[in-house]
Amino acid sequence: MQAPGARPPFDLLGALKDAGRVAAVVALLTVALLGARVQDASSGPPLLFRFDDVIAAAALAFFGRLGVALLRARRALPVLVGAIAFALGLTAILLLGTAAGGGEGAVLARRILPFASPVVNWTLAIAAWIMSARAAWLLWHASESTLDSEAREARMDRLGARIQEWARLVGPLLLGVAVVLPFLPGIDRRLLDIAVLVVTYIMLGWGLNIVVGLAGLLDLGYVAFYAVGAYSYALLALYFDLGFWTCLPLAGIMSAFAGILLGFPVLRLRGDYLAIVTLGFGEIIRIILLNWYTFTNGPDGISGIPRPTLFGLPFTANPAEGEASFHSFFGLEYSPLDRIVFLYYLILALALVTNLFTLRIRKLPVGRAWEALREDEIACRSLGVHPRNTKLTAFSIGAMFGGFGGSFFATRQGFISPESFTFLESAIILAIVVLGGMGSQIGIVFAAILLIGLPEVFRDLNQYRMLAFGLAMVTIMVWRPRGLLAHREPTIRITDHPSHGADPAQETRA
Amino acid sequence: MSRADRALLSVEHLTMRFGGLVAIDDVSFEAPRAKITAIIGPNGAGKTTVFNCLTGFYKPTVGRLALRHPRRGEFLLERMEGHAIPAAAGVARTFQNIRLFPGMSVLENLLIAQHNALMRASGYTVGALLGLGGYAAAERRAIERARYWLDRVGLVDRADWNAGNLPYGAQRRLEIVRAMCIEPVLLCLDEPAAGLNPRESAELNALLTFIRDEHQVTLLLIEHDMSVVMEISDHVVVLDYGRKIADGTPEAVRNDPAVIRAYLGEPEEEARE
Amino acid sequence: MGYFLQQLINGLTLGMIYGLIAIGYTMVYGIIGMINFAHGEIFMIGAFISIITFLALGLVGVGWVPLALLIVLLATMLLTSVYGWALERVAYRPLRSSPRLAALITAIGMSIFLQNYVQLLQGARNKPLQPVITGGMRFLEDGEFAVNFSFLQMLIIALTIALMIGFTLLINRTALGRSQRACQQDLGMAALIGIDVDRTISLTFIMGASLASVAGLMFLLNYGVIDFYIGFLAGVKAFTAAVLGGIGSVPGAMLGGLLIGLIEAFWSAYFSVEYKDVAAFAILVLVLIFRPTGLLGKPDVEKV
Repeated sequence: MQAPGARPPFDLLGALKDAGRVAAVVALLTVALLGARVQDASSGPPLLFRFDDVIAAAALAFFGRLGVALLRARRALPVLVGAIAFALGLTAILLLGTAAGGGEGAVLARRILPFASPVVNWTLAIAAWIMSARAAWLLWHASESTLDSEAREARMDRLGARIQEWARLVGPLLLGVAVVLPFLPGIDRRLLDIAVLVVTYIMLGWGLNIVVGLAGLLDLGYVAFYAVGAYSYALLALYFDLGFWTCLPLAGIMSAFAGILLGFPVLRLRGDYLAIVTLGFGEIIRIILLNWYTFTNGPDGISGIPRPTLFGLPFTANPAEGEASFHSFFGLEYSPLDRIVFLYYLILALALVTNLFTLRIRKLPVGRAWEALREDEIACRSLGVHPRNTKLTAFSIGAMFGGFGGSFFATRQGFISPESFTFLESAIILAIVVLGGMGSQIGIVFAAILLIGLPEVFRDLNQYRMLAFGLAMVTIMVWRPRGLLAHREPTIRITDHPSHGADPAQETRA
Repeated sequence: MSRADRALLSVEHLTMRFGGLVAIDDVSFEAPRAKITAIIGPNGAGKTTVFNCLTGFYKPTVGRLALRHPRRGEFLLERMEGHAIPAAAGVARTFQNIRLFPGMSVLENLLIAQHNALMRASGYTVGALLGLGGYAAAERRAIERARYWLDRVGLVDRADWNAGNLPYGAQRRLEIVRAMCIEPVLLCLDEPAAGLNPRESAELNALLTFIRDEHQVTLLLIEHDMSVVMEISDHVVVLDYGRKIADGTPEAVRNDPAVIRAYLGEPEEEARE
Repeated sequence: MGYFLQQLINGLTLGMIYGLIAIGYTMVYGIIGMINFAHGEIFMIGAFISIITFLALGLVGVGWVPLALLIVLLATMLLTSVYGWALERVAYRPLRSSPRLAALITAIGMSIFLQNYVQLLQGARNKPLQPVITGGMRFLEDGEFAVNFSFLQMLIIALTIALMIGFTLLINRTALGRSQRACQQDLGMAALIGIDVDRTISLTFIMGASLASVAGLMFLLNYGVIDFYIGFLAGVKAFTAAVLGGIGSVPGAMLGGLLIGLIEAFWSAYFSVEYKDVAAFAILVLVLIFRPTGLLGKPDVEKV
């Protein structure tokens, strides 16, 4: 135990050794994969060496580790000086390099910078700034003692509670923004497309959240139900000439049915086995779609899927003879944006239905039973809850919303192929649920905006998106295994139901 | 003999083998209606295995487990699925290492115990989702029952707490009243007094006799704490190495030489009583 | 007959590769009870390090095949096992006492990360390698068709058997193996009797990764082309092999690997190539439903 503000002893040599070890490990990790790139061209040297990158990575690891060790020991001043110098230098070179365009300055800047990719360099600069800020904070608050892990947990839990309280206010606000979004100034077609995409993922996240967040069933094959919905919609619409509003529920039912079909045999498996089996199921569906030519047209996919209509009014510039279209019916000028606005409201409505459904069902016995199963399946059995049937409802309802999402996807794209339904999609949706805090509805909105919206707006980030997904999943699980905003409010409170003084046991006594 | 006089539960020739290991070997006993039957025996005697067979977690290798429900007739527990035993036959249990839903509130724990009744009232969810009537009233009744039991164990003030945040003794009591919320006719308690201090232990005795006398529930109790066993049980069954070695009133059992030899060990250890 | 024999040889070769990966799954599962979902990526990294080392050796002029192979083997085992070690140290160790699902999600995150890491650094295109070992034995010649048992296949089978013998000795005869088996029984107890649990788990990951890297090398030599995505399918198939053989059992993993390899070869030969991956998944589902303990696994009684 130490007095607040007292600095723990610091073993400089040990810290140096430790940082050296970390640097050595990083060098070993990067020497082959980062140090040499296999060239795709058949002429020229087969390998391109980049050993300077390896050295840069090892050096950064060394100083980063040393800095963290110093901060832990509350030696903030040297870290502050070093980190600010590094951050300033790096930021300056990056800015100058950008300003110089393609000229000589840019070439020089590229030579000085640690890595070739601007995104990585900027990330490094941001990390250095964060470290400087942390060091400065420590210097200014020298008297405060560092939190132990339990205190940190409690603080994060309080934060989660506060954010959820705040979400009750922000939720309607966000909804308001979402409703008027297409008419906000500065919204063009590209941004609206991105908004449609983001809301689609929010809806899928909410759908998967029923399975993962509430019932605690790790479903790695959610995309299978998305695919079943999309193909059901496409085939029903093409072969039976059914309209969107008929196909949508049918596709949802088909997906729910697929969920029951898969869930029935496998839902008694233990959690991690279930995850792998659902993963396998997702792949099986994809391979079948890929190879069943007569039915799915194989890898070529299905095109010409009918576009949605507003109660029979198509969104086309030149409707068929004798038919009205949206703009002619309402006497508006034709705008290609109309259809996108309509699609946006469609997916927004679907997402809201998913959300309201979840909020309602959490307060019903079946929703509570899902959460109870997540907590302790054996206790559930001892209380007469049927584990498999209860899980099956969660699984199939989640699948149904996946199917709705799939139908929407099909009608939006007008074209689907098995390529859209890889494991990666499942992983993205899962990442949204996990990062959102597993069970937190508002968390999923933020996660989807962050994970889908941001990389879409900043195209440069796109190729790093999955890398960041993976990293974020690991970091959050290591940091807070129950999820970022995992604070949970009870679904019912006894204070809402003051006693009437009755003794219910009187009536039921044997 | 009229039906009401017969024991609530008859265990006949219960045998449970795991591979080559015989955990229970031809055990028969009865649990009289609205009485407390204690099952005692040294560690590894097969007591918890008996519970696991009764509550459907294990399927007995051989044996008949007949439960005569006062209102619903006779059930053969060995033929029923695990979740149906509490729901249909009215057999509730607690666990040696408490199994609450730690992340859910105390009240929610008690509502899950009333899951099947609430499911019916909610029209298997569909009705309640569509706003059809009846569910709100059923939920209110369920909360009233929960409140009644929370009152019994002094947890009403903490009904909105996370169950996992309760102190240990309160968790034990909560698990017992949660089991009572399924309205059982047979309540199986696996070491309810383990880890309790003397005051909590006395409260537990009062709770258990209350359950027996006021709710006419038959109790089956695994316990190591002999003060609890001798004070409240009406009937004691002694197991050793999977066999029954004695069966009778607490006085008869405590004087049985076979029990003293097998269970209490050497005579000088009798002080443990 | 000849066709059958050819498929048998192909299936065995494939099965050896799956078996080597499966050992990593089964050992980690046995010791800390988690599915190391990122193990398939470790295999993929092993294959990439192998191709890079081959190309680098070509540049510096090491032309003698046995020497080149030996250097590549050692390099890939060393460098890949650093990945295995770092994976456990960074992503899994902090979660050892967390719920199973948290660890599995971390593993999935790690798998996504490693896949994209390699894709970013090495590009998304296929990476071909000129055949290193050519030639083979032909027998049962019958007009057009002859059974071909290539030297490469012989090498793969021989190397796997050698590794298996060495590995079995390591587990059964050394102190490391003993502490490993102790940790499998009960981590807490093992720590109490003075076994360095952290070190044992680290070594388990290192061994698993180095075996997977050898599998990666074999895959590269056998198919002559790799990409950043090969770890996913191979990983799932190897996991299937581990489950089929009985997860936690090392001989089971090898047996399961061989069976999966044979099933895949015969399925492609006699039924359909397109659905060969479905076969592996279908087996996985069926085994988990009907015999979750696998062929050589011990039954596990539910603790209540």
